[in-house]
Amino acid sequence: MQRRVVVTGLGVVSACGLNVNAFWDSMRQGRSGIHPITTLPPNQLRFTNACDIPDFDPNNYFDPKEAAYLDRFAHYGAVAAREAIKDSGVEFSGELKERTAIVTGSCLGGKASEDEGYVQLYRCNTTRCNPLTIPKAMANGAASRISFEHGLVGPTYTISTACSSANHAIGQAFWMVRNGGADLAVTGGSEAVFSLGLLYAWNAMRVVSPDTCRPFSKDRKGLVLGDGAGILILEPLETARARGARIYAEIVGFGMSSDAHHITQPSSEGAARALRGALEDAGMAPEEVSYINAHGTGTDANDRTETAAIRSVFGPHADKLAVSSTKSMHGHTLGAAGAIEAVATILAMRCGTIPPTANYTTPDPACDLDVVPNTPRQLQVGAAVSNSFAFGGLNAVLAFRAHER
Amino acid sequence: MQDELTKKVISTMAATQHISEDKITIDSTFQELGIDSLDGINILFALESAFDISIPDDKAKEIRSVREMVDGVRMLVEAKSDGSTASA
Repeated sequence: MQRRVVVTGLGVVSACGLNVNAFWDSMRQGRSGIHPITTLPPNQLRFTNACDIPDFDPNNYFDPKEAAYLDRFAHYGAVAAREAIKDSGVEFSGELKERTAIVTGSCLGGKASEDEGYVQLYRCNTTRCNPLTIPKAMANGAASRISFEHGLVGPTYTISTACSSANHAIGQAFWMVRNGGADLAVTGGSEAVFSLGLLYAWNAMRVVSPDTCRPFSKDRKGLVLGDGAGILILEPLETARARGARIYAEIVGFGMSSDAHHITQPSSEGAARALRGALEDAGMAPEEVSYINAHGTGTDANDRTETAAIRSVFGPHADKLAVSSTKSMHGHTLGAAGAIEAVATILAMRCGTIPPTANYTTPDPACDLDVVPNTPRQLQVGAAVSNSFAFGGLNAVLAFRAHER
Repeated sequence: MQDELTKKVISTMAATQHISEDKITIDSTFQELGIDSLDGINILFALESAFDISIPDDKAKEIRSVREMVDGVRMLVEAKSDGSTASA
């Protein structure tokens, strides 16, 4: 017997705001958080703008020793989880603590700490490496911190599938709650990319835009890197109702696929299969969907391929869809992307406002969807999907339904 | 009165633990200071860097107090300066 699963708590840390209210304020006004990189010294990168989060001081959220023992991606994840748990109003009894799952996503984990640790070896020529490098670098750092901060002792793990990490994590958590494997889930993703080594590695990929992120626009030049975290609280509809929780939306479908095609080039068939899978899992007809929060990285290849995938799945209905990429505002937060975008999708449904694709200038025939350019749109959304497509050809799509109040 | 080496060990430990130096005396035990095993290796790393010494694993495992830490560091620092005198 499958249970219906609803979202009852949200948490976000992003360049567009350090909490859900500030974040949504940016989204619903179409305000981009892209700015000159401030958290690193001047360098020779081909790009100068990003969505780093200089305002986020971990010492405002953790005692100084705790802060020093965690990588920034774990700071973000733990802070977003704190907000989401508080927002949900859930009280953790002993039994619920054992029945709560934590599933987080992260592409890089604590690679920035690893980078810092190795500077001693490679640049300073010492034979010493900071002993905190290992615990800070592990990709489950955020999940573990959330677990011991809240005393949650149920199934806890981390998924790393590059830019699909958070959607895979949320999907797994959703299925676990739906099937009775857990009675509550704290799930999402977090990412911290701003170390010199990582930025040069991205620089070498030649997919980062020299200025800004213009998804689906003819003159798009690539993605803009971002830090951040998104966390959702999932629980069965019945228990949410019983405790009088605020219900943001229902999570109804999860689809995943692999392209088996190329390590970096996307394939529209793979993406389409994940989209179809999510709709099928949700028992949702394509015509029910009115909003897609696109993967929309702003790279030439993704946006073309994603357009083709959407057209192949939705047919003529594709022309009736509102499709926006909020990465144009909060940047590409890699393993946190699906989670931050799930928050944007859920609040779009709840508030009847579609966050736009910012920085859009010129239509591209290869991306001929209604991409809600630059201006937010009032629209009642009954059902929405949120796409994540990763390097390595791994795709994960979530489907949501508005909750009738 | 504390000598320079003792002061430097205590200030290094305080910085690593993010606590005030006043909280640490020569007689403090690791248990009293709430220093767990991960804190311990983090302190060893900081002291190795501060004094440019290498603290062997077997010796490190026996250290349970600030006094033992100061004595151990002193021994290694003296051994190092003896070595450099000899080679000079």
